[in-house]
Amino acid sequence: MERNDMTRPIPDGPTQLEIFRKMALLKANDERSRKVISTGRLVMPYYSYRGQEVIPAAMSVNLTDSDYLCTIYRGIHDMLAKGLPLKDLWAEIAGRIGGTCKGKGGPMHLTYPAKGVMVTTGIVGSSMPIANGLAWGAQMKGTDAVTVATFGDGASNIGAFHESLNLAAVWKLPVIFLCQNNLYAEHTTYAKGTSAPRIADRAAGYGIPGIRVDGNDPIAMYGVAAEAVARARAGEGPTLIEAMTYRFHGHVFGDADGYMPDAEKEAAIAADPYPRFRAMLIADGMASDEALAAIEAGFEAELDEAVEYALASEYPGNDELSTDVYGAAA
Amino acid sequence: MSEVDTKTHPLTTTPVMIIEAINMALADAMADDETVVVLGEDVADPEMGGICGGTKGLSTRFGDKRVRSTPIAEQAIIGAAIGASLVGFKPVAEIMLMNFTTVAMDMIVNHAAKLRYMSGGQTHVPIVIRTMTGAGFSTGGQHADYFEAWFAHTPGMKVVCPSNPADAYGLLRSAIEDPDPVMIVESMPTYWTPGEAPVRGSRVPIGKAAVVQEGTDLTIVSYSRTLRECQSALGPLAEGGISVELIDLRSIQPWDEAAVLASVGKTGRLLIAHEAVTAFGVGAEIAAVVQEKLFGKLKAPVARLGAGFNPVPFSKPLESAHITDAAKVIAAATSLVKGSD
Repeated sequence: MERNDMTRPIPDGPTQLEIFRKMALLKANDERSRKVISTGRLVMPYYSYRGQEVIPAAMSVNLTDSDYLCTIYRGIHDMLAKGLPLKDLWAEIAGRIGGTCKGKGGPMHLTYPAKGVMVTTGIVGSSMPIANGLAWGAQMKGTDAVTVATFGDGASNIGAFHESLNLAAVWKLPVIFLCQNNLYAEHTTYAKGTSAPRIADRAAGYGIPGIRVDGNDPIAMYGVAAEAVARARAGEGPTLIEAMTYRFHGHVFGDADGYMPDAEKEAAIAADPYPRFRAMLIADGMASDEALAAIEAGFEAELDEAVEYALASEYPGNDELSTDVYGAAA
Repeated sequence: MSEVDTKTHPLTTTPVMIIEAINMALADAMADDETVVVLGEDVADPEMGGICGGTKGLSTRFGDKRVRSTPIAEQAIIGAAIGASLVGFKPVAEIMLMNFTTVAMDMIVNHAAKLRYMSGGQTHVPIVIRTMTGAGFSTGGQHADYFEAWFAHTPGMKVVCPSNPADAYGLLRSAIEDPDPVMIVESMPTYWTPGEAPVRGSRVPIGKAAVVQEGTDLTIVSYSRTLRECQSALGPLAEGGISVELIDLRSIQPWDEAAVLASVGKTGRLLIAHEAVTAFGVGAEIAAVVQEKLFGKLKAPVARLGAGFNPVPFSKPLESAHITDAAKVIAAATSLVKGSD
């Protein structure tokens, strides 16, 4: 695993600031989510992504609203980076009628087509077969839309991964398989569950590029993402990216995370990419501490508003139980 | 029901086979709507247009972009269909045999069926899953099951089971236009049975049964290949003095409750016959509803006829004994009527 070897695109100043802005949004949202749950204001299954913010932040600055995302239960960072508005998010995870899915999807099934958030699945591995279909649709329409399927390291061991990479390669689909390798499949370590030393190596079996990158390094992650997006847009087919990262919390918020050794966790938190990137931007003269603090404060204020809006919103009426099962037949 | 232009779609008078009707429906739908696309194992012409020829000629006529043979990878097939449907296409995905739907259950049950609901109606999945099945070819336990009850039990799915060429054509056309996932279960043993030709451009509405024969003593509800066995039983039953009202359910989810209740309200007796395992099957649901709604009007307990609680066997005599055939229908119908006279 290397830092950007300088053959890949480097984000310019404004792009670096945009990556930071997204990271700040994601970090603030995760911290707020855990706070709102721990104070008992909201009950929901929550899969913290804290520690993994760089990956969607650096990927999404390469995407537009016309590009598609299929993500998973640990995917709120992916969706926010793609543009899902905070109020819509919070109303949904609070189960309110004003949420993106009228409160009928919840945190594991958030959907927001206006920003390309097409499918969120609670089933490990299932983002990938559907991502292929979105990419196939774009290919048939002749647009340059790219589809990103995100998933964890555990999902690279399920059949859907194999079927999807194979089909995407055979059909040369404009899709990016973005594995966020946080070293744990639920409670099981990478080494106990995954035969390949590197998930990226599995790409060779499908004849597609497979790249392992430091997913906590915004510059390196940006370069790999930009390259994969360019390949997809140019009709050169799929890429498998294995972005190395670490999940600061347990599988689901509130679980006993004794399976994660303290020393390992402490080291990962000490290497938190967020303060590191923040300091780098200041040191490089890209932004002042005050300017970055203003971005952070702005998100805190937006979150105050979103959370209160969500918790004050109405629940769906019982009539919603049986609507949206079917549409009206033609 | 769309208007039929008899100049461009002359009424065919020559009988056609179910497999031909399926092929006609696909060709007509693709000609009418360029968002209709076909994918599945061996569906394109270089791969022989489907192992039974259901998609023969389509890739030649409409191009290999719209008719794509896939790897043998059912999750990938249904996933691709779902994704393409989310961005404006109407994919018809062929899962060669119904037993192979088991490999794609996550895509069908957790995704195709539920995305509309879980997204609060923001997205929907207008796909058709074509699949064939049926015992009779000595294919043993993994190539001939009828699993329609599983999918009928899944909110968000629709399931249709045509028994003749005209219904196969009309139901498939309706399924392709439907805004939700529809599984069309095709009976492989009756693919090559000729029948009245479909009217090109016609539609058979999903959820509407057909009264095949009117009668007074007994209602028999059936579908798919078993409906044809019931038709074969009509003559002998009439000779035995039993007047049967035969209903072809055609759609399993939704099923035509009104038609069944109207008929059983008249006859007072009901036999449900299908090829699937009886226990927890479609017949169980229909029997429950009929007894809830017509309890006082029934002259006999509702009877069910289907396969025993065993896998489809290989050995020919066993396989034959497994199938719900005309002889079993005659015996069950006779016992139901004579036993409650």
